[in-house]
Amino acid sequence: MKKTLLLTAVLLASTTIGASAETLRWARAGDSLTLDPHAQNEGPTHTLAHQIYEPLIIRDTTGAFEAALATDWAPKADDPNVWVFNLRQGVSYHDGSAFTAEDVVFSINRAKSEQSRMKELLSSVVEVRAVDDHTVEFVTDGPNPILPSNLTNLFIMDSGWAEANGVVKVQDMDGGETTFAATNANGTGAYKLVSREPDVKTVLVRNEDYWGKGQFPLEVSEIVYTPIQNAATRVAALLSGEVDFIQDVPVQDLVRVAGTDGLVVKTAPQNRTIFFGLNLGPDDIANDNVEGKNPLADVRVRHAMNLAINRDAIKQVVMRGQSQPAGIIAPPFVNGWTAEMDQIATDTAQAKALMEEAGYGDGFSIQLDCPNDRYINDEAICQAAVGMFGQIGIKVNLDAKPKAQHFPLISSGGTDFYMLGWGVPTYDSEYIFNFLVHTRGSERGSWNATGYSNPELDAKIVSLASEIDLEARNATIAEIWQVVQDEVLYLPIHHQVLNWGMKENVGIEVSPEDDPKVKYFTMK
Amino acid sequence: MLAYIIRRVAQSVLVLLVVGLVAFAMFRFIGDPVDAMLGQERTQADIARLTAELGLDKPFPVQYWRFLEQAVQGNFGLSYRQGRPVSDILVERLPATLELAFVSGVLALAGGIALGIFTAIWRRGILANIIMTVSLIGVSLPTFLIGILLIYLFSVELGWLPSFGRGEVTRIGWWTTGFLTTSGLKALILPAITLGLYQMTLIMRLVRTEMLEVLRMDYIRFARARGIRERSINFRHALKNTLVPVITITGLQLGSIIAFAIITETVFQWPGVGLLFINAVQFVDIPVMAAYLMLISVMFVGINLIVDMLYFVIDPRLRVDRTAGGH
Repeated sequence: MKKTLLLTAVLLASTTIGASAETLRWARAGDSLTLDPHAQNEGPTHTLAHQIYEPLIIRDTTGAFEAALATDWAPKADDPNVWVFNLRQGVSYHDGSAFTAEDVVFSINRAKSEQSRMKELLSSVVEVRAVDDHTVEFVTDGPNPILPSNLTNLFIMDSGWAEANGVVKVQDMDGGETTFAATNANGTGAYKLVSREPDVKTVLVRNEDYWGKGQFPLEVSEIVYTPIQNAATRVAALLSGEVDFIQDVPVQDLVRVAGTDGLVVKTAPQNRTIFFGLNLGPDDIANDNVEGKNPLADVRVRHAMNLAINRDAIKQVVMRGQSQPAGIIAPPFVNGWTAEMDQIATDTAQAKALMEEAGYGDGFSIQLDCPNDRYINDEAICQAAVGMFGQIGIKVNLDAKPKAQHFPLISSGGTDFYMLGWGVPTYDSEYIFNFLVHTRGSERGSWNATGYSNPELDAKIVSLASEIDLEARNATIAEIWQVVQDEVLYLPIHHQVLNWGMKENVGIEVSPEDDPKVKYFTMK
Repeated sequence: MLAYIIRRVAQSVLVLLVVGLVAFAMFRFIGDPVDAMLGQERTQADIARLTAELGLDKPFPVQYWRFLEQAVQGNFGLSYRQGRPVSDILVERLPATLELAFVSGVLALAGGIALGIFTAIWRRGILANIIMTVSLIGVSLPTFLIGILLIYLFSVELGWLPSFGRGEVTRIGWWTTGFLTTSGLKALILPAITLGLYQMTLIMRLVRTEMLEVLRMDYIRFARARGIRERSINFRHALKNTLVPVITITGLQLGSIIAFAIITETVFQWPGVGLLFINAVQFVDIPVMAAYLMLISVMFVGINLIVDMLYFVIDPRLRVDRTAGGH
């Protein structure tokens, strides 16, 4: 004991403070799962990959398209089924080999392979062909006006490097072998991998031969990326100056961080909307107390429930101001979102009247399934909602559980009333319709646990994929939203808000995808 | 003695098999890894394909059998989360946990015995009473709260010690150690105190009680009557006879230090097997969970075996009448 104290004293005397201003020490809750760019389709994994690898197109800090490995792109003049991408010239990988069209063909085919987790984003792509060294054509199964927005997380690998290291295929989980690409990387990005210990620390250093030199700030010369899972510890690490930048600042600590000298919190709406889903399809459901009938099948009941949610109260009390009340399940960046549809008022009296009209004046009881470790304050939101539904006579039994148990309920249809959050990486409503509105089937509707099936609407959703007249397409999108809103398919709650905490000298704006790209960072 | 050991080892293997069976029966209640593994864009067909690929559609005894078949060949499979062999990951993570457990164990033992003796000998002193009161806090405060309090005091307010991680580590063969660098040693202090505090107070209270008991014994009185020096009585006669239960408890607690490092490791982002396990549970990473549970049961069983054998060494009476079975 005495020895330890002595040791402590000696060590304390040698404490060093601060580091080179150009090193960015960055922490967030979770680590990237793998460096293989096609083996996981997951936020933190893509975020780390974005520093090392590059797709053809990226989204800048506002979410707008920016040319990366492609300089420009357009549908082919004489064939609407083909997109032509002109590639950037003079780009080389970290190992020095040159970037060519062949690499794009290789990478897209790799991402389309059976074991890839990115293949759904490329399901419309039939063929990718290299026209010459710096031109690539994507052939789709019909005109696909929004193909570019599916490519912003599809990273390009060097085909020669992949062949040399035996990583032509994406890892097969059943094979029992680790692959070289999971722990090594060779991209064209602004940062090179120096070392990586999964879940512990990843060190990257600036790529001095980066093609974007002069175009981007590139002020960070070294990145030390550390996952810190525990929220209190993560905040403590920022407060004590051990890290410069954290994602995922817990809402209860925002005031503390923002009030500390030398630290700032930046806030922006995230590309994610939180809502409740209702199993309205079947004639009777299991998790309620109404026999032989499904109260959720009555649009008046759904409408009443929608009116019963006091979104402002949830914002003020549960989210401490950190949310945007929502009337539609699309985040505001998304094509098809309108301010008008995003408005909804709370009206308990009208809700009660609707319940009466539907024959449920005495209410009913139902189970609400809710995750407790996925969205910001998810369980607390559900608890608040229980009270609000109680006011119109609906007795809600809350069942909150970890995400690993919650999401299988949605996949398997084991829930009648559930919470879900949805982000739209393509920034287009079609993505929402495909997963959440289309009848559940093997290709589309995999997240639609509402049991809703409307063949007419399905046909409209399918037609979006190949409609090249953008005006007509937007009109169809508006029509579909009208039905979704009128039918009250989902009960929107709010758009989530992102909070990044950083030292004053770090200059970056919050990106809606929660994926900081360090090449945009400035360091004063 | 040999027959006893063989019997104990056979029992241990049985215990391991049962632990594994119970674990596999429980995994289905933790959730479904497939949803976490596939991204948002997965289709129903993807879910079915991956479920079949991982063998998750099979009943749990079949899954358990597959695991055992592979495990006896030294293959614990691939982590669902990281896509790397579980054995590699465990080997990478184990040194961090063992070093932390070792330092907290030493801290708990040394501090616990010293304070225990002190409070027993000067049991009416003010300082002893203060220590006893403070130790109550050590027993009753949950580990994560102690950890967070230490972080706020020593990292945020004073800025003396790091709040997370292991600092710089040195690689010696497959082992990584934090003992050789300043930052590594500094990083050890707070987690070791957090993890060891409970054990320290436990050992302290145990030593104190045993010591008070022994000091009341006749032979101590006779020794006093013979005019033997107080110091000699306390340390040579009394302390020696209090140590048998302390060894038992320390042995058992060493196992739980390793096993319950989970909470401390989560608070301090300490890259050991406990943190690995927590991540595995959240992701339903079945191969990692299975291997971790096996590893911990092997440790517990092994430590118990060693403790049992230590009894033989310390207490001569056992060598005569304890051959007839375990306890």
